[in-house]
Amino acid sequence: MSNQYRTSNSKGLINKEKIINFTFNGSSYQGYEGDTLASALIANGVHLIGRSFKYHRPRGFLGVGVEEPNAMVQLHEGDRSEPNIMATEVELVEGLKAKSQNCWPSVKFDIGEINNLLNRFFPAGFYYKTFMWPKSFWFKVYEPIIRKAAGMGVAPLSPDPDRYEHNYEHCDVLVVGSGPSGLSSALAAAKNGARVILAEDKAHFGGSLLNDDVTIGNMSGREWASDVISQLKSMPNVVVKNRSQVFGYYDHNMTVMFERVSDHIENPSKYTPRQRLHYIRAGEVIVSTGSIERPISFGNNDRPGIFLSSAAREYMKVYETLVGKKPIIFTNNDSAYATALEFLRNDIKPIIVDTRDSSEGQLVKEVQGHGIAVRFNSGVANTKGHLKIKSATIGTLDGQKENFISLEEVECDCICMSGGWTPTVHLSSQAGNKLKFNEDIDAYVPDKKRQKETAIGSANGAFTLNQSLAEGFQVGFELSNKFTSNNIKTDVPTSNEPDQKPHEKLWCMPLPNGQKPKRFIDFQNDVAVSDVELALREGFRSIEHVKRYTTLGMAGDQGKTSNLNGLQYVSNIEKKIVPEVGHTTFRPPYTPVTIGTIVGREVGNHYLPTRKTPIHTWHEEHNAVFVAVGLWVRPRYYPRGTETMNDAVNREAANVRKNVGICDVTTLGKIDIKGPDAPEFLNRVYTNAWLKLPVGKARYGVMLREDGMVFDDGTTSRLSENHFHMTTTTAQAANVLSHLEYYLQVVWPDLDVNVLSTTEQWAGIAIAGPKSRELLAKLFPSIDVSNESLPFMGLVDAKLGDIPARIYRISFSGELAYEVNVESNYGLHLWKKIMETGSEFGVQPYGTEALATLRIEMGHVAGPELDGRTIPYDIGLNGMVSQNKDFIGKRSLSKDAFISEDRQTIVGLVPVDKKSKIPEGSHLVVDDKAPTPIPKLGHVSSSCWSVEYNNPFSIAILKDGKKQIGKKLIAVCPLKDISVPVEVVSSHYVDPKGERVRS
Amino acid sequence: MLEIKCPYCGKRSQNEFSYGGDGNIKRPALGAEISTKDWDDFVYFRDNPRGRHTELWHHVSGCRQWFKASRDTATHEIFSTCKMNEDFNE
Repeated sequence: MSNQYRTSNSKGLINKEKIINFTFNGSSYQGYEGDTLASALIANGVHLIGRSFKYHRPRGFLGVGVEEPNAMVQLHEGDRSEPNIMATEVELVEGLKAKSQNCWPSVKFDIGEINNLLNRFFPAGFYYKTFMWPKSFWFKVYEPIIRKAAGMGVAPLSPDPDRYEHNYEHCDVLVVGSGPSGLSSALAAAKNGARVILAEDKAHFGGSLLNDDVTIGNMSGREWASDVISQLKSMPNVVVKNRSQVFGYYDHNMTVMFERVSDHIENPSKYTPRQRLHYIRAGEVIVSTGSIERPISFGNNDRPGIFLSSAAREYMKVYETLVGKKPIIFTNNDSAYATALEFLRNDIKPIIVDTRDSSEGQLVKEVQGHGIAVRFNSGVANTKGHLKIKSATIGTLDGQKENFISLEEVECDCICMSGGWTPTVHLSSQAGNKLKFNEDIDAYVPDKKRQKETAIGSANGAFTLNQSLAEGFQVGFELSNKFTSNNIKTDVPTSNEPDQKPHEKLWCMPLPNGQKPKRFIDFQNDVAVSDVELALREGFRSIEHVKRYTTLGMAGDQGKTSNLNGLQYVSNIEKKIVPEVGHTTFRPPYTPVTIGTIVGREVGNHYLPTRKTPIHTWHEEHNAVFVAVGLWVRPRYYPRGTETMNDAVNREAANVRKNVGICDVTTLGKIDIKGPDAPEFLNRVYTNAWLKLPVGKARYGVMLREDGMVFDDGTTSRLSENHFHMTTTTAQAANVLSHLEYYLQVVWPDLDVNVLSTTEQWAGIAIAGPKSRELLAKLFPSIDVSNESLPFMGLVDAKLGDIPARIYRISFSGELAYEVNVESNYGLHLWKKIMETGSEFGVQPYGTEALATLRIEMGHVAGPELDGRTIPYDIGLNGMVSQNKDFIGKRSLSKDAFISEDRQTIVGLVPVDKKSKIPEGSHLVVDDKAPTPIPKLGHVSSSCWSVEYNNPFSIAILKDGKKQIGKKLIAVCPLKDISVPVEVVSSHYVDPKGERVRS
Repeated sequence: MLEIKCPYCGKRSQNEFSYGGDGNIKRPALGAEISTKDWDDFVYFRDNPRGRHTELWHHVSGCRQWFKASRDTATHEIFSTCKMNEDFNE
């Protein structure tokens, strides 16, 4: 029989016309539209949902919403599978599949439950006490077992197929929570003309108004809520969002909201995101997040069937679901009597156990009017029932309420407990609000705010409807007045609610004589009263230490139901009042958020922008293998036929040395520098002299940081008197621009210079090799490209047909070489033209690998040598350092450590056997078999296969490098377990006099 | 995420800016004789105050201007921002 636990007379918000089929642990069930997974399971009499974290105790539902600590399930299957989902937060959709977690082989028979029998071996902090010996057991025995036992659900192994989005919003007033205070503040602010966002976590708006029998004006609470919502929805200055949890409050009123967009829709349309993350920068935030009921600690208070009393009421009033038919209501306050009344409305007579001596509250009297004898001065001592509660031991308390006088066993199928209410202060606390303890309600409420945040209603400790409405309308009006000049005040409607009498300050029942059942405080983390006692006995005093030692109030739950009971118990034992104990810090997220939502659309190719040169399509068509260089994608090499990478790289590099090769160097950073002080500026930025560079000439430059380390290098050309074109390395382009702007704007604002990135505006192609001049002459027939008219470091403007081009005679390969720049859009055209024109000279494209080979052979430094730890003298750039002027970083170069003889400097390395490759990153040592630690003399920065000499060659940074030339060392790479005997040589391996570039 | 008022563009989210460090540092004049200690103080040593601090920010994904901000390092409150050639208007 299905749905046997439905109410007969409650009027809920589910649609019984629409049946929804779902499965739980493989069994099929039916629920109704509007059900949550929790309400549908309870309606079918299913209470055993999972096993607890530590002891694997059978657990069911405690709550009805985000406060649920127990009922976490694994949802869906395959790549949509999702662990640790609160069943209370899942709206039922057709075909939903859910299963229990943290149990094996099944939730009913779980091997892990042995932990419960052995619980005396798992006290608080047992991780810190056990698994300590023998030491050798840790890796092979303890850790694998703990890893297997740890965690709850299982993460899917395949990529998430769903779509997630991010959204940025601004508003004047953000209202979090749509209970009576939230609705009234949103209405007041909206009517006053402010831009308002109202966020509600649940599917339905109204908060406590959905569950409480109250009237506002001439409407019921529920009617009033839906009336206000329809007013708000009709206003253009208001955004109303349900299924949206504001879970984080960050600096400068930045809040983050998690919206479940289509989880509740059976077949969402293709581009509807599953969930959405909203970044909301709010002028003011109204925290109307309500309050959560406190449990009471008593023996075995964690059995399936033991609920918060407010949850039991909401299951009846919203979901038309009965948590049981033989209820015990156990309370220290009046509010649980509303739950009793709802049972009575459905012809169920509850047993009521109240710790207080009496209460004259309106609800209490009404219950008594139904002929119910309330058991005052009583408590629940213990419960029975393995997989579901079967009975409870109820007792009368002594005068001090420290012992039970008499005990009696009573049959039941559920207990609805109420320890009063805890304001939901998480967001205020996240915002930096220092909370204060309110002794009237025995709970923390927001106090001194650090940000523009105002808590109202029961989140602020105002537990009556009258107070909530008054605060809501007042605060909504006042805050909105900061943003508008309308000054429109909305009247507060009259309201009517039952009067409630004070609660009793008692949240932990004494143990029944001779028994020691576990009395849980934190259900999610399996923390019982005895664990807190142990922590205190072992000397932990700070509440933050008690929290970490016992795990009380940690993890996904963030202590929603457990925090105050934990504090209260510590304060009882310590004989302190709660405010002296203090409270722990609440952390975002308030409720768990999917990783998909946090990541949003930034997955796969959208993780980072991809920069492609205008010649990219040609590279693709010609079989290029690409490599990521920062955000850029560059051709690494162009394999032909069955060539390996080494074959292709050697062919490409050898062709440059023999004929001519071309390389796409568009990615180099380019900065346009203009202004009367441009030469002086370059003179300060670079280590060498720039004032006398003639127009039409390029010069190589090195720039340092103030600490003397080489920052970047490149060639800069003088295009006219006050106009320069700077190039930077691909990797540092953005940093160099910021660096130049810093010095121009912050340090030397008197210099009249403008800098502008032109990286994207120019396409650049290097033409390198002994036949490059012939190729260039054919490509630009109208230009004289002889060594006399276009010497090394010269430049000339030219035209390729009608296309303006600039030719620089610069070389990175050490060969006779040029770089041709054209406007980006013509880059592909130029490339094709060069390939076509150059075929008779044997032109071939070369990628970044051949580029590296050519520069390494020449001993040219690049990224691996400019690693932020080298000064110019270390890497053979002594000649670049002017002694006749000051420049950025110069003063550092004369520091003792920087002129020391034994600094590590640049050298070349050749393997002694002329065959073994030297891995980059290898350490240079004298004896690799020496006892550790072996003294390290340097490291290998760049390695290649020399196409000139046909053997491996490397550049290294070696202690007192110059004096080591001719010596033999060993290059050790422990990661690859490779040791290569090497001979130290000059880093200028090929053409050491630099004759080719000038030929 | 902080909200920073660029003196040129107005209020923008922190992700448009990059942090530029202590705004009180004055670079020694070019060519000036300076002791190693004073130079090291300039290059390496920074105060790390708790509370109000003058710092530099760069509107790197915006107008690319460097500017000054007066910020509380403990609470992140930004009291004022101004252009490099201005003083805080407080």
